[in-house]
Amino acid sequence: MFPDYYYTKDHEWIKVEGGQGLVGITDFAQKQLGDLVFIELPAVGTRLAVHQKIGTIESVKAVSDVYCPVAGEVVAVNKDLESAPELVNQDPHGKGWIIRIKLANKSDLGGLMSVAEYEKYLAGLEH
Amino acid sequence: MKQTRLNALHKKLGAKMIEFFGWEMPLEFEGIIDEHVAVRTRVGLFDVGHMGEINVAGRDALALVQHLTPNDAGRLAPNQVQYTALTTPRGTFVDDMLVYCLGPEHYFLVVNASNTDKDFAWVRDQAKGFDVKVENASDAWSQLALQGPRAQEILQPLTPIKLAELKTFWAARGPVAGVDCLVSRTGYTGEDGFEIYTLSTRPDTIAEAILAQGRAFDILPIGLGARDTLRLEAKLPLYGNDIDDTTTVLEADLKWIVKFKKGDFLGKDVLEKQLAEGLKRKIIGFDLIDKGIARPHYPVFVKGRQVSQVASGTFAPFLKKAIGTAYLPIEATEIGTEFEIGIREKRVKARVIPMPFYRRPDKA
Repeated sequence: MFPDYYYTKDHEWIKVEGGQGLVGITDFAQKQLGDLVFIELPAVGTRLAVHQKIGTIESVKAVSDVYCPVAGEVVAVNKDLESAPELVNQDPHGKGWIIRIKLANKSDLGGLMSVAEYEKYLAGLEH
Repeated sequence: MKQTRLNALHKKLGAKMIEFFGWEMPLEFEGIIDEHVAVRTRVGLFDVGHMGEINVAGRDALALVQHLTPNDAGRLAPNQVQYTALTTPRGTFVDDMLVYCLGPEHYFLVVNASNTDKDFAWVRDQAKGFDVKVENASDAWSQLALQGPRAQEILQPLTPIKLAELKTFWAARGPVAGVDCLVSRTGYTGEDGFEIYTLSTRPDTIAEAILAQGRAFDILPIGLGARDTLRLEAKLPLYGNDIDDTTTVLEADLKWIVKFKKGDFLGKDVLEKQLAEGLKRKIIGFDLIDKGIARPHYPVFVKGRQVSQVASGTFAPFLKKAIGTAYLPIEATEIGTEFEIGIREKRVKARVIPMPFYRRPDKA
């Protein structure tokens, strides 16, 4: 379904295009959180390490941290999420992308799950 | 976990269930925002069977209720209801509650689910020396709340009670969907609506009848998530957040439920003294000037010094902004005063605004 996507245990995805990746949270995560009402985005230029906090996303009832799947530099943030955080609920893998990152080490992808591995991971969680 | 008699119905309707003070309750069905907006613009149905009900009956029933509460229960005619509190001798809260007068020697107390056992023990202990019987009837009673501008239109076909004549804070007994109920024009949302109590073991038949009747108006079942956002927009206090046994009735901005002239009650002298000397702190409503959402327990700073914590706080779905309440030193409680709330590593600017945050539009 999404061959370029890699996944983390914290339910983030990264879609790799060349030396950059688009990062967001998965459909499973947005369902767990409920209606999102606020997203705190990092500044462009921020350098992040693997599993460093990108920002927080808040639903009416909960606050959740979003972690960076790979090390790198934030080159863009999805400004639409400031006025329409619900885009993450509506289209978590598309219009609900959160940041674009320039990868520092492509080898970081080796620590992430493939689509199939993530789906197996989800199935394991629900039992 | 305890379950209300509507538990199976919630699961059938696809609710996301959570634990609430030992009860398995629905957090949301469609989603908190859709549910909140439904109640503000159409109608929603809540299961509030987890609430507690305490009967106080006997020759000294009124005398006991007067001793326990700051409001004047002596003004209640049979079938009349008032909002009040169980106060401690320090003028602080054991709980807030509704008192129904069901007869000259029968008062019906409706209390928070989180405090039912505590409240019952308190009332029973305070009843020593009064000629009364105090009974915890919480397990027997189920309760629904139908709230929103369309509530009366939906409920009327299901009951012979003349709802247009049932004024706010009044109750009536009668069948709803053929089941014997006590219906009051009360609620915890800031909208018009009804709370429907029944001793029937099948309150689900009432709920299903209401949901069917309401289909034409797009009725939604409503969970505890939206119950909280609705009551906060309407400035209705929540025990444990806005009020507790450390906050006096006056500090909680509830002076209107204190009737000093009605006679003696627990905490009266403390409250009189506080009124005479002036409050040192008071609860206020705020919104945020900077971006963010303030949540309960986040630290509150005035001129850089921490003074308290956020009492209630959330994103208000109808007002579409972050709002909340907090206790501030009295000098900082004027409308427009700016202060700060600690949200994770940042200090976010907030300002005191008038409450209630939302007031329902008057009927034309």
